Amino acid sequence: MDAELIAMQLFSGVALGAILVMVALGLSIIFGMLGVVNFAHGALFMVGAYAGLYVATLTGSFWWGLLIAPLAVGAFGMLIERVLIRPLYKRSVDDPLLLTFGLGYVLVESVRIAFGNEGMPFPTPPELSGVADLGIGYFPIYRLFVVGVVAVVLVLLWLGLEKTRFGLIVRAGARDPQIMRVLGVDVAKVWLMVFGLGVGLTALGGVLAAPMRSVDPEMGALVLAEAFVVTVIGGMGSLVGAVVAGLLIGIAVSMTALFAPEMATIVMFALMALVLLIRPQGLFGKPGRA
Amino acid sequence: MTSNGPTSGLPAFRITRRHALAGLAAGTATLAMPGLLRAQAETIRIGFPTPLTGPYAAEAKDQVRSAELAVKLVNDKGGIGGRKVELLVRDDKMNAGEAATRTLELIEKEKVHAVVGSLSSAVQLAINEVTRARGVIFVSISQSDTINEVKDFSRVTFHEALNPHMTTAAVAKHSFKPGMKIAYLVADYAFGHEILRGFKRAQAAIGAESVGEILHPIGAPDYSTFMPRLRAMKPDILCICNFGRDQANSIKQAVDFGLNKQAKIVVPVLLYTQRLGIGAEAYEGVIGGANYYWKLQDTLPSAKAFNDAYKAAYNGAYPTDYGAYGFTGISSLLLAMEKAGGTDTDKVVAALENLTYDVAKGPQHYRKCDHQSVQSVLVLQSKAKADTPDQADPFRILAVEPASEDILRSCAELGFPS
Repeated sequence: MDAELIAMQLFSGVALGAILVMVALGLSIIFGMLGVVNFAHGALFMVGAYAGLYVATLTGSFWWGLLIAPLAVGAFGMLIERVLIRPLYKRSVDDPLLLTFGLGYVLVESVRIAFGNEGMPFPTPPELSGVADLGIGYFPIYRLFVVGVVAVVLVLLWLGLEKTRFGLIVRAGARDPQIMRVLGVDVAKVWLMVFGLGVGLTALGGVLAAPMRSVDPEMGALVLAEAFVVTVIGGMGSLVGAVVAGLLIGIAVSMTALFAPEMATIVMFALMALVLLIRPQGLFGKPGRA
Repeated sequence: MTSNGPTSGLPAFRITRRHALAGLAAGTATLAMPGLLRAQAETIRIGFPTPLTGPYAAEAKDQVRSAELAVKLVNDKGGIGGRKVELLVRDDKMNAGEAATRTLELIEKEKVHAVVGSLSSAVQLAINEVTRARGVIFVSISQSDTINEVKDFSRVTFHEALNPHMTTAAVAKHSFKPGMKIAYLVADYAFGHEILRGFKRAQAAIGAESVGEILHPIGAPDYSTFMPRLRAMKPDILCICNFGRDQANSIKQAVDFGLNKQAKIVVPVLLYTQRLGIGAEAYEGVIGGANYYWKLQDTLPSAKAFNDAYKAAYNGAYPTDYGAYGFTGISSLLLAMEKAGGTDTDKVVAALENLTYDVAKGPQHYRKCDHQSVQSVLVLQSKAKADTPDQADPFRILAVEPASEDILRSCAELGFPS
């Protein structure tokens, strides 16, 4: 086993983890701020991929799909929060969970009715197809692009949360919404934005993933399970945790695929079990939270 | 009108008596000729479980369209002995438990006369368990070697699809060469394992060499983590043993990683739906087997007739490989019912065993010992974009292995007493 192969495998893992980070981040942001476990998150990832394909086909350009789909699906997410989830905040935590669980089914079946069961190909944009020589081996240009986009989004998100007034309110709102209300901040509006942001992130993950694996109505199911594993390992509600655990899972799966391919799926669940045993709140989670 | 009672009572009594008499007469007739009366009344119901949702949905949809065409053609000609035929399609979600439940429901509630369908080796065996236990005829249209073997044999089961053994032997014959290095990427379930076993058997006979096998979970969306290792194996042939959406995704990702530049890609079954979906570039040069390709019409009148009927029914579309199974499977069953003069299980089984049919791809018959359909195997290659002026004609026929029992494992090898 030479060093180049291991380096390539590490890099494959990072590229794989990048998509997972997008999905887990949205899941974690929504749980952290709103306390809602969004079971429709995988379906919204799938809706994002279909929306991206739809816009790209309509405009003839992948770039419009990449830009418009996350915004449109994010806006759709805000609508979901406003109309369906907001009335449930005063009720038990199970109610939003059940609602989003059902919503996931509704979204999958709606897409099946609109676009068929069999899924559709999503061609790699011509300017990003082909392979690049990394010095250690060849890697698809598109996957390098995905890693780049995710890195940029993470930096923007960090700046937004740390350096802006909105970010300050969001962080404060997550700590203590009661005090925020007393101080005259419209918490409802903040939560609306946060839900839209979380959904927009997973939709972006969907659009980014589509040219690699084509789109189909079931594509969200597996991603949702993986994203839950990531948030549990990283710590429910922790954004840093979602990023670190997402990359960690990508690399773990990739390295296992090199040495024992049959174990590649199980390894993430084994890791989750291990983390739950040793550090139940997750790597970056606060104790006592979920 | 004071004595109203008796007069109003009388006609009522008469009607009742008349009904009773009519009923009695009908009852006597039924007792005298029970088969005849029922035969005229009852439609022939065929259950059709197939994975309408999931990674094989595209192929399942084509199976249904072709099966419905076969039923329609028979009904247009007046049905079987005057009885209409009805197809009851159910989504088995490619899950063995779901398939068993749906099949049981078809048998118990819908009282189907036979079951045709399935599109996954594992699910097919689950359906076979149910139909075998209930003694209901099952025509399987999904690849399997196990279903031919003596331990899974059912007197009432017929295997219309190709099996992995005959498919891989034909494909290997026209793609493997002595001394070649072959790397395998295999879907980790019954079909993948049987295909791998078939290819390795053929590879040993040809004198090629295996440089590695990688198993992937069925329905996996991402294959990137396997690519660096497959590349490091430096194979001459990358043999991708999976199906449906998995085939398109894994081929596309192998090409994304540039593996097609160093190795030729070979698959057990070259899927028409997936190739049309993904496009010519990713599939260029890929070699694989098939039970059917519409271009057979250049030499076969039955293929021409099938294509024409299909095009007329579905807006000029051509039938596909796995779609054709729906047509040949239903057609063989209905031909046998026609010969048997109805749906009596023993008579239909006997008729199927003695049937020779040519409905789409040249002569076929079910071998006596294992009920495997003896039929031709096509070897196809996907053409380059520049060579594909007709979008509907993406493949070149490299070879047609003629229908012969020689390309099957012998009855003795399967464990049947000779």
